[in-house]
Amino acid sequence: MQEAAPIDCDVHPAVPSLSALMPHLDEVWRDTVVRRGLDELNTISYPSRSPLTARADWRDDSGKAATTPQALATQALAPFGTRLAICNCLYGAQSLFSEDLGAAFARAINDWIVHEWLDHDDRLRASIIVPMQNPELAVDEIERVAPDRRFVQVLLLADAELPLGKRHWWPIYAAAERHGLPVGIHAGSTYRHPVTPVGWPSYYTEDYINQAPAIQTQLTSLVAEGVFTRHPNLTVVLMESGVSWLPAYLWRLTKFWKGLRSEIPWVADPPGSIVRDRVRLTLQPFDGPPDAAAVMRLMEHIGSDEVLLFSTDYPHWQFDGLDAIPAGLDPGLARKIMVENPLRTYPRLQPTTRPCPGERREETVA
Amino acid sequence: MNVDVLNRSGVPPATASKVGIADCDVHPRPAGAGIGGLSKSLYPYLSKRWQEHVESFGVIYRQPWEKGSAYVKGQPQACRRDAWPPGDMPGSDLGFMQKQHLDPNNVVLGILNPLTSGQGAQNPELSAAMTHATNEWQVAEWTSRDSRLRASVVIPYEDAVASVKEIELRAGDPNFAQVLLLSRTAEPLGQRRYWPIYEAAAAAGLPIGVHAFGYGGWPITGSGWGSFYLEEMVGHAQAQQALLISMIFEGVFERLPTLKVVLIEAGLAWGAALAWRMDRQWAKLRQETPHLKMLPSEYLRRNVWFTTQPIEEPEPREHLAEAIDWLGWDRVLFATDYPHWDYDDPLHALPIRMTEAQRRAVFLENAKAVYGVE
Repeated sequence: MQEAAPIDCDVHPAVPSLSALMPHLDEVWRDTVVRRGLDELNTISYPSRSPLTARADWRDDSGKAATTPQALATQALAPFGTRLAICNCLYGAQSLFSEDLGAAFARAINDWIVHEWLDHDDRLRASIIVPMQNPELAVDEIERVAPDRRFVQVLLLADAELPLGKRHWWPIYAAAERHGLPVGIHAGSTYRHPVTPVGWPSYYTEDYINQAPAIQTQLTSLVAEGVFTRHPNLTVVLMESGVSWLPAYLWRLTKFWKGLRSEIPWVADPPGSIVRDRVRLTLQPFDGPPDAAAVMRLMEHIGSDEVLLFSTDYPHWQFDGLDAIPAGLDPGLARKIMVENPLRTYPRLQPTTRPCPGERREETVA
Repeated sequence: MNVDVLNRSGVPPATASKVGIADCDVHPRPAGAGIGGLSKSLYPYLSKRWQEHVESFGVIYRQPWEKGSAYVKGQPQACRRDAWPPGDMPGSDLGFMQKQHLDPNNVVLGILNPLTSGQGAQNPELSAAMTHATNEWQVAEWTSRDSRLRASVVIPYEDAVASVKEIELRAGDPNFAQVLLLSRTAEPLGQRRYWPIYEAAAAAGLPIGVHAFGYGGWPITGSGWGSFYLEEMVGHAQAQQALLISMIFEGVFERLPTLKVVLIEAGLAWGAALAWRMDRQWAKLRQETPHLKMLPSEYLRRNVWFTTQPIEEPEPREHLAEAIDWLGWDRVLFATDYPHWDYDDPLHALPIRMTEAQRRAVFLENAKAVYGVE
């Protein structure tokens, strides 16, 4: 393996159709699917035919992309010489209104990922899909699959019913911390509220662009509620929501922390230093300045060479050809982003702790 | 803010009080006590019917409290502790404001943004009556008594018909410099229900000012209500990003190329990053919004301005100058937010290196150009 072979922290295997999950659902839920006519769970966060949802040259004859590990290996791993890739399956289990149905689909997706993806390519790792409808059920799912060390992260969506810093969610963070799993917060909504603080937008374009402000408000909640204070070993990864907003956001957050810290006395350190220590962001969609010469100025504003993690966001269309690394990025920093930062962020990716593929799977995953 | 701000950059203060400045965010409020946030000193401008309504029911907004706003503030009325005139509310006494702020800071142009004017009240007719009364009050008790001050036309923006009527009533009146909306609306501000407001403002040659806060009823995040005032204050930046995204992608500035929008009290350093993100995503998704004829960032840099307070304070301070380089120095309007707690002192805010032209633009010339004031 090339020493510089990158680690891709955000790829999206697609559930080809709901029928693919049927073998992983209990009988009562299979019955529900059939009798009640449950349809596909693709959400409006990624409309199937939208140009962004899958790059045109990555779609197969049916118009879908990333439906097999072979396609992913050929299109997303081989071209970049990728050594490891983290699968973040975006299929709407979290948006179902029934807590039990949500839990059933989260289980099915995780088992499907193991059987159809992780078992077929030892370069693949995955995030644990959890039923965001109910933290107790979410913790159950983490406990169920965490012994399989190919699960390297817990995945949440940017918008839920309650802000992600609130005590409601803390059992999930405790479980993640216990198992050495970062919590990834990925673009997308459960649509319990409008995606903006001013109501529902008209266009998909607005929904997608608003994922960056949405994840900013979640970061405020995590900092203000003291999640990082209470969970000193927890890392949070903000995924597919841009990076260039971070400096100005931290300037504002830090200013209001100075003015209002009596309201949140448990936040003893300046938010900027908390975030630079404990929060990571995936690279794509890169939203830096169009002028390549200004990209390193932005990196200086970000103020740390450790916060960015390489991602292609495959099969979402964020760049053409092989241009996953933004022009203007210093080669030394690019290397950190591609290799060192992901290894430091995800304990389970480190070679010393990496077991053989499939290890312990049989005894831990139903 | 009520905290000591270190000037580690060693750069001298950006302005001296000898230089006249524009303050694009000054908050007057009617003197005296009242009911449901409506001071009785506004009664002379309000019909008997609405006086009686308020006496019986108060003013009800889309939030829990009979008095005050959703989150517990950092200090009483969210105001500077030294800005209370004897026996009354901050911002209620012109003489006190002149002596504490306008005179010593040499404010030559002050834009009045009243925040307790009934905007966003649940009852649309009451909202229309209160905003009309507030406009009458601004002229009678403020702009007619201090020629440095210009009023904002406050409108019941959830009712476009009533809003247009109020804007048309004020068109051509030099007492008024802009039409004022609050940012937290019932729907994103680019949507069609608000277009008549923009058409009327553009026809009257008045910029649209959008000030942080409001009562749209939606949580301050896309994920529900946060716990803290801090989250609301930081969140105004995200709320204004959302409304700006909406106005741009709905094509408001394509329909009304001369419309000016001033985003007030929600930060400015995020402007360039949002512009980059919008351009990059629109490049892939533009099929959805074929009515846009320019890059989203080009509308932003043609039609939108940002007030400075609360100014971002990076370490080192030079990063702020670069963020403004990326946004454009012609987009930036100085504001203090007097008399609120997070007031930016013109002597100490913006301790960054500026050329003389940049300094004059930010502290005065941009505001004169946007508001058409000589």
